[in-house]
Amino acid sequence: MPIPTPFHSRTAALCKSHEWRDWAGYLAAVTYEPTHEREYWAIRNSAGLIDVTPLFKYEISGPEALAVVDRIITRDASKCAIGQVLYTPWCNEAGKIVDDGTLTRLAEDRFRVTAADPNLQWFEDCAFGFDASVRDITAELGALALQGPLSLEILRKLAPHAEIEKLKFFRQLETKMAGIPVEITRTGYTGDLGYEVWCASTHAEKVWDLLMDAGHNYGMLPAGLAALDISRVEAGFLLADVDYFSCRKAVIAPQFSSAYEVGLGWAVKLDKSDFVGKKALQQEEQRGSQWAFAGLEIDWPELEKLFAEFDLPPQITGRASREGVPIYKNGKQIGKVTSSTFSPILKKYLALCTIEAQHAKIGTEIEMEVTVEYHRKKAPARVANTPFYDPPRKRATF
Amino acid sequence: MKYDAIIIGAGHNGLVNAAYLAKAGKKVLVLEQRHLVGGATVTEELYPGFKYTVFSYVVSLLRPEIIRELRLTEHGLAILPLESTLTPLPNGDYIYRDADKFRTMRDIARHSPRDADAYLDYGRSMYFMAKAVKYMLGIIPHDPTSLNPKDLLGLAGLGKHLLGLGEEHFYMLAKLMTMSSADFLEEWFETDPLIATLSASGIIGTFLGPRSPGTAYVLLHHYMGEIDGAYRAWGFQKGGTGGVANALASAATALGVEIRTEAAVDKVIVKNGQAVGVALKNGDEVHGKAIVSSADPKRTFLQFVEPKELPDELVDAIQKFNIRGSSAKVNLALDAAPNIACMPGHGPHLAGALSISPSVEYLERAYDDAKYGRFSRKPYMDVIIPSMIDPDMAPPGKHVMSCFVQYAPYDLREGTWEQQREAFGDTVIDTLSEYIPNLKEIILHRQVVTPWDIEQTTGLSQGNIFQGELSLSQLFFLRPAAGYAKYRTPIKNYYQCGSGTHPGGGILGAPGKLAAMEMLKEI
Repeated sequence: MPIPTPFHSRTAALCKSHEWRDWAGYLAAVTYEPTHEREYWAIRNSAGLIDVTPLFKYEISGPEALAVVDRIITRDASKCAIGQVLYTPWCNEAGKIVDDGTLTRLAEDRFRVTAADPNLQWFEDCAFGFDASVRDITAELGALALQGPLSLEILRKLAPHAEIEKLKFFRQLETKMAGIPVEITRTGYTGDLGYEVWCASTHAEKVWDLLMDAGHNYGMLPAGLAALDISRVEAGFLLADVDYFSCRKAVIAPQFSSAYEVGLGWAVKLDKSDFVGKKALQQEEQRGSQWAFAGLEIDWPELEKLFAEFDLPPQITGRASREGVPIYKNGKQIGKVTSSTFSPILKKYLALCTIEAQHAKIGTEIEMEVTVEYHRKKAPARVANTPFYDPPRKRATF
Repeated sequence: MKYDAIIIGAGHNGLVNAAYLAKAGKKVLVLEQRHLVGGATVTEELYPGFKYTVFSYVVSLLRPEIIRELRLTEHGLAILPLESTLTPLPNGDYIYRDADKFRTMRDIARHSPRDADAYLDYGRSMYFMAKAVKYMLGIIPHDPTSLNPKDLLGLAGLGKHLLGLGEEHFYMLAKLMTMSSADFLEEWFETDPLIATLSASGIIGTFLGPRSPGTAYVLLHHYMGEIDGAYRAWGFQKGGTGGVANALASAATALGVEIRTEAAVDKVIVKNGQAVGVALKNGDEVHGKAIVSSADPKRTFLQFVEPKELPDELVDAIQKFNIRGSSAKVNLALDAAPNIACMPGHGPHLAGALSISPSVEYLERAYDDAKYGRFSRKPYMDVIIPSMIDPDMAPPGKHVMSCFVQYAPYDLREGTWEQQREAFGDTVIDTLSEYIPNLKEIILHRQVVTPWDIEQTTGLSQGNIFQGELSLSQLFFLRPAAGYAKYRTPIKNYYQCGSGTHPGGGILGAPGKLAAMEMLKEI
């Protein structure tokens, strides 16, 4: 049975749809209003406030914390300055991905890692023999993502002296809002200008109220997971358990993915000190990967034709789909779509897929299975660059 | 420098036309009389910090294939949802419809449980009607009197499409083409304010009342829009409808179109029965192989060229072409959020439409005033608060309000619009204040746009927002005149691409595109 997050008294009062999902054991609103549309557009046009507390959060601290973190993750933690955030995967010895998340360097000897799944044991095992400790701080910290073009304006109202406008992409600062200590990172899961606000669980309700009040005049809306899911597909972000399986859950060979195979090769730093999975990843880098992660754009006029055979307009769900769908090239299955959505801002039907590496070149024409009136059809699609949606404001300096 | 095509007017159809011609490799120039592009799709900051969507204000009909083919989302097209309609009633009650199906049904059921049920069936039927009409949006209007094989083939295709609808839907389509919107809706519903609010879609932009035959078609015209595959959905373009024009202009420019503003056209230069260029009001001349007017039929045929260059029967038809203006806009800058008496406080209803249409009689009486040359003493209004949908429209905590108002006849029996403008504005504010008690206290600035102002500013004759009444006698192969519905004119190389051509007005873009497709067969 899922439990409430520290923001629940507030989110529950606003959740008119009564539509909740179990996210890592917590109750998470899918939509607040009857449909997700306004919440999606709040993220893209004003600001959306999303309760992301269910992310697992760990603090790794101690004199050898850096060494531990560097052993866990594939990116180079020694290059992470205090107040910097890295997005990174971590792998097992075979180079297969365990999980992905953000690493924030809070102090010389103190890091916070977010994760989709419980990782306490994994991190402790990696820390064995080092002078460092790992602590699960999931329940201690409330986390809110404030995402969208007006998110900066709203935060500036609340922390006018924090110079949040100077906070660069993937950086962190500590400040106070109405006397309450908060941490702000310029991170998020929407691919837009956005921030995440971290506070003690005990202050959660107060922080929510402050943000809601400040956002009122900026068209800010609380946003649920339905809106977030469309945004993250547009941003080309992976979702664990959907776009890949953790090696700790995979049971047959095809369910394992290496960091390269989920499109995170850029985050594998083979030139850094030893880390879990380095050797295997080195070999894979030389040998080449079997699979690749890619974006797809489905050909809309051709899709219309498939539906027109049944005298129907294209019927695709208004929400993002997490349904696995086969993809083909010359009649042979070459992979699977793992997430898909119609993008309201790009007005395109988009998908994320795992595809045989030789077909992953941008522009490659493939086919995706679609079900039209209970009939299986194939719609033409093209391998496309991700992120699909990448506004300059995401990483802009102000 | 000689252009392949010169387009008169940078309204949305002129820009669509230009973009498609340029996409086909043509060298294209667009001439716009104003300092900004858009025609009747413009956003202007007439009071510091407050952006008015001055004339048109919502989007639905813009063809998805145009959005896709011109890559308009890459140029700033972003259509935000407009999900609800609130009809406040004089007794303090209301009808509120939004995307929540069962909530909407429960609200209608408070007035009539029967209507709540019928509402679902109505939605399903309108799906078929929108689908039936969608076909016509993409075809050039074939003339049934023609023996040209292409026409015959096209008509055969149309016939096949119509027969393919099946008996039930074919009959309904026939009813929609001929009935009044109120009569048509009374076949479905019994709740007067619901009938009134739905029938209002049948009077928007027309000089007809909800009981006038032919208005059911106008209702259908407003239903044939779609957003991302959802028929009948309406939305709000980010930044107002000027954002549509800017996206089109940006896409056109990227395709190589040259746009010149403050370049008002005086005449089309015709030599030996052939259009060869345009003479600007500033005395300049620009030469091109084809000239396209996106202006309304009156200006296209009676102003830009000498009627003596045209066949008598066409001049006669265009003189008789019905283009009476009936709509006005009142745009407001507000110091705070309006508080609606029947649904006080903040909420999603403020990001939807507010329809002042409490009864069919109310609408019909509003029309009665106009019939006799007066503006409505109790006007129909379709009100939105753009800043509630797109916060960029006004400073934080402040708002802009867009009030579409009917009726405001172009020809007043007494006085001129310059004399009556503010009295009309007062009537609108007084009427609206009955439903929004704090309105008068929060108005910072007011812009009243009468049909005369629409004509003066945009050039739309008589301020008719559709470039000509959408009556059956002025549609399809009769728009704007029999024999000249296929975007051509009797003058060689002189074309038309405005809303005065098939399939008509609204921010459709279809006339501009269809005209370009026809032109490309010849130029």
